[in-house]
Amino acid sequence: MIKTFIKCIREYKAPTIFTLLFMVGEVFIEVLIPFFTADLVNDIKAGALMSEVVRLGLILVGMAIVSLCCGAGGGYFGSKASTGFARNVRRDVFERIQRFSFENIDKFSTASLVTRLTTDISNVQMAFMMTIRMAVRSPLMFIFSIIMAYRMGGSLATTFVVVIPVLIVGLLAIAKHAMPAFRAVFRKYDRMNESIEENVRGMRVVKSFAREGFEKQKFATASDNIRKDFTKAERIVALNSPLMTLCMNFNMVFVLLVGAKLIVESRGQVIDVGQISAMLTYGMQILMSLMMISMIYVMMTMSMEAMKRLTEVLNEKPSLSNPESPVMEVKDGSVDFDGVSFKYVKDARESALANIDLHIRSGMTVGILGGTGSGKTTLVQLIPRLYDVTEGSVKVGGVDVRDYDIETLRSAVSMVLQKNVLFSGTIKENLHWGNPTATDEELIEACRLAQADDFIRSFPDGYDTHIEQGGTNVSGGQKQRLCIARALLKKPKILILDDSTSAVDTRTDALIRAGFKTYIPETTKIIIAQRVASVEDADLILVMDGGTIADAGTHDELIKRSPIYREVYEQQTKGGDSDE
Amino acid sequence: MNKHGKGNLKDNFAAIGWTMKKFFGFYPVLAPLSVFCILFSAVVSAIPALFIQRVLAVIEKWYLSGDWAAAKAELMPLIFLLIGLYTLSIISLTVESQLMAYMTQGFLDKMRREMFNGMQDLPIRYFDSHKTGDIMSFYTNDIDTMRQLVSGSFPALIRSISVVLAVLAIMLYFSVWMTLVLLVGVAAMFYVTKFIGGGSAKYFVEAQKATGAMEGFAQEMMEGQKVVKVFCHEEQSLEDFDRVNDQLRDVAFRANAYASTLGPIIANIGNILYVGLALAGGVFILAGIPNLSFSGKIFDITVLIPFLNMSRQFTGNVNQLSQQINSVVMAGAGAQRVLTLVNEAPEADNGYVTLVNVTEDEDGTLHETAEHTGHWAWRHPHTDGSGITYTPLRGDVRMVEVDFAYDPEKPVLHDVSVYAEPGQKVAFVGATGAGKTTITNLINRFYDIADGKIRYDGINVNKIKKKDLRQSLGIVLQETNLFTGTVMDNIRYGRLEATDEECIRAAKLAGADDFITRLPQGYETELHNNGANLSQGQRQLIAIARAAVADPPVMILDEATSSIDTRTEAIVQRGMDKLMEGRTVFVIAHRLSTVMNSDVIMVLDHGRIIERGSHEKLIADKGTYYQLYTGAFELE
Repeated sequence: MIKTFIKCIREYKAPTIFTLLFMVGEVFIEVLIPFFTADLVNDIKAGALMSEVVRLGLILVGMAIVSLCCGAGGGYFGSKASTGFARNVRRDVFERIQRFSFENIDKFSTASLVTRLTTDISNVQMAFMMTIRMAVRSPLMFIFSIIMAYRMGGSLATTFVVVIPVLIVGLLAIAKHAMPAFRAVFRKYDRMNESIEENVRGMRVVKSFAREGFEKQKFATASDNIRKDFTKAERIVALNSPLMTLCMNFNMVFVLLVGAKLIVESRGQVIDVGQISAMLTYGMQILMSLMMISMIYVMMTMSMEAMKRLTEVLNEKPSLSNPESPVMEVKDGSVDFDGVSFKYVKDARESALANIDLHIRSGMTVGILGGTGSGKTTLVQLIPRLYDVTEGSVKVGGVDVRDYDIETLRSAVSMVLQKNVLFSGTIKENLHWGNPTATDEELIEACRLAQADDFIRSFPDGYDTHIEQGGTNVSGGQKQRLCIARALLKKPKILILDDSTSAVDTRTDALIRAGFKTYIPETTKIIIAQRVASVEDADLILVMDGGTIADAGTHDELIKRSPIYREVYEQQTKGGDSDE
Repeated sequence: MNKHGKGNLKDNFAAIGWTMKKFFGFYPVLAPLSVFCILFSAVVSAIPALFIQRVLAVIEKWYLSGDWAAAKAELMPLIFLLIGLYTLSIISLTVESQLMAYMTQGFLDKMRREMFNGMQDLPIRYFDSHKTGDIMSFYTNDIDTMRQLVSGSFPALIRSISVVLAVLAIMLYFSVWMTLVLLVGVAAMFYVTKFIGGGSAKYFVEAQKATGAMEGFAQEMMEGQKVVKVFCHEEQSLEDFDRVNDQLRDVAFRANAYASTLGPIIANIGNILYVGLALAGGVFILAGIPNLSFSGKIFDITVLIPFLNMSRQFTGNVNQLSQQINSVVMAGAGAQRVLTLVNEAPEADNGYVTLVNVTEDEDGTLHETAEHTGHWAWRHPHTDGSGITYTPLRGDVRMVEVDFAYDPEKPVLHDVSVYAEPGQKVAFVGATGAGKTTITNLINRFYDIADGKIRYDGINVNKIKKKDLRQSLGIVLQETNLFTGTVMDNIRYGRLEATDEECIRAAKLAGADDFITRLPQGYETELHNNGANLSQGQRQLIAIARAAVADPPVMILDEATSSIDTRTEAIVQRGMDKLMEGRTVFVIAHRLSTVMNSDVIMVLDHGRIIERGSHEKLIADKGTYYQLYTGAFELE
């Protein structure tokens, strides 16, 4: 797992290595500084020559300047490396998502992908920064400081024999207890945020049932629950600082007492007062570096969860890929289903589609009717190879869709999805999705065909009108017509409308279909609809039921033959007949 | 609406002040106690300097003679005193850190609840003008900055400031000259902090914005991922992402670079200061310059060493202070945003007419009762002092000459009058944006009318308590929102005290029972993510069942069956008819087949009712309705 992330360093290897080097340099000097200061202090105490004092002083100032440069350099390059690293991880995740097939997309919710791109990556970034700045620095600091302390303080350093094990055991115990507690509560915390989001989205429901009080109570329980769990976890972590202080205080008392004894007994021969002050500094450095190591440990384990979630995306194999030598041209708009069965999940008991045989000639208009869950959408999604068939084959222009270059196929097969989306930007920008090089005339032509030109022109800014995220500032019917125009701009050989005119009024709907007939007669048109009127004039109407084609034929044939069709037709037109 | 800016410094401090006031308000005893503990342990941590000086003085005194026993006798009381103080300080530190852990989470809990509770009472308008993502960030990012402030910055600031002050006092006690030397160094540190820290805070705010931009872009693309695939737009979308991503990297780099170079720079200025002090001290001692101090001590090596240690402590704490700048600035911004939510005016409700259970005498007078009788009446305490009257709940809704505008500039409804007698079915037909949904939103008072009157059972709706008014109205919306929980929980949302049997009966009525029983766990199937595992049509059926269980006298069906295919709709139609029986029903539907059997159909155009009447009448009139109706056949 770590390997996946190390690969993301890429062009930031140099800053990463610089950071490590600078940190080593900083540590090296930081442990030397107390050593020289001890000499300086002793010199002053012994009343040494001013020149000697100044010499030592200058060495120390020089060291401090080098250490400043190293520290600042480490900070600078560490920031460069970690923000660059985060950028690469984000890019990799986003790129991977772009390569997802529909099947992959179905697996992840939008919210979970966005959390991965934001919170998870920023956790990993923090962990990375900590690692390159501290993971080398702290252990080195620990080792160097101990060596220096022994070299200088001799038996004074025995204080560490007591303090270090106590601190290590203490920190380990804290980390061991706190981590599972935190992990559990984080999950709860996520769930609480999800339920807040649910509440905000469903505010109209909450208010129309006057459930404000109920929601408040529900939230109070959830929030209080989290408070309890968090408090438990944080109280364990809160033991860190008293433990640390205890160790430092012990160190202080020990060094003062034993140091005094050593100096007095040896009359300043073994150590002198300068060393006492240095020992206190080393003590601080040793304990601090232990503390840091434990912090890194905790952070790493915390970010493990984030890393796990990210690798889930990064290692998700796109379930569709281009064939070895792809066909780069779609000949015509004919569609053939031969013995097609399809399951969304491999080991699902029931097939979403079973034994579909269907042959559509280029230029035909095909209507599809059927109840919720009858497999209409599933059927058409196989044509631009949004999913792969489980059994049988789907051919477009006489060639199996799996043999095409995916982009070639999808440019020829234009599909207006049921759950369609406009993106923030101008109307023009949105239309350009269909064809980035389309001229203004082509845009207008497509919009005329989709019956969108009129209302676009009625906006003050016309084609430059800004569309809000999700297309919230146009009505449902307008949105659908824009989506159709966008799909038309591809100049497809096959056009699929998946219930794409449900919010368009019947007259406009009819105008759109009439336009198709006149202006794009060679294009194969496949129309899924709820309204019989939308498919009535099709060359072929499919009635779907339970994942199979229950019946197929023209309107007149089906009215006679298919009970389902007749039922739907009568249901929708019953008032009309009696009035005629 | 756009209060999400950076805000000026004054607002920032005001928001921080507000946060702290809240904190102390929540814990009037514990919070000051923990402040006291912080102060105590901070001062104790400054004290060793005094002890070191004493110990060194003892060493100086005895080290020429090498008499450890004598030295020890002088030292031990000092050491014991130190141990005593340390013990107390560790106790206070433990108490303080445990208290802080407890209080921080309590504070967050209380804040969350205050925000959430306040939010429940906000008018629908608020949710119209704020994106869900923006509201969510109150609960995630903004409250997190407040946590940082309360649990991190606040104690750190108190601790650092008190250590600095204590150390400063001890330094002055030892030597004024040396203290002045130190202060020169500290001034340099503050200058650097101001310069670098200021830059860092600025870029952190920018980095947050860039994160928001990246998140917004990603969110939009992920939501439209299938469209991206269908249009083979992957490369383009990756290119666009690269742009926001690089932008984020650049500002994040700047913010982090400033923040992470500040620490080492201050620490090493501290090192230089240390040497400077040592040199200055050396000069003082060697040159024998007379000391100026509050203790009257002469300046010798026993003073110099603790002084040097104190300078370490001093710079360490100044460094700590400087590290808090970012989080304080961010907390200010976060608290400011939370403040805007909390200060948002709640939905006004001056209603005083309430809905109560009643029993009826033989002579027809109504008596209020606490029992659940199934008979409801409006309890109307008259403001003119004529006592309380009870009006039976019947579901008679009249709108008289109502005007309404969301935005005063753009009127949405003109002169709309609708009369719905109990048990009638009233339908609204018209293009998107004609004002159909708006009318129903006025009946339940999601919005208040500008002019005209709406009466419910003869009572002006403005007089009815909103909660009671809405309870008497069942609404099924086109956009179905289900909540995390079982299917049963979701249906019961309509009436919390409904039994399982009642919920199942409602589901049967709505035609939902059939598919629910085929779900893996039937009614106990858990729904997540707004019922993502159900189809849109199935979700609508559950929403209808939810309204059915509430058993309200008036129902509003706003495109309630739009996602149910006509065949299924025909199947549930019988249930729907039964559901509507005896209720006043307002129906908004696109499909004319859904509204044809209404008692009266209102055709709306640009906020005006242009036609009204039964299906037969409207067809006979050959007006807009007739055109709409026949439009589907016109071109064949």
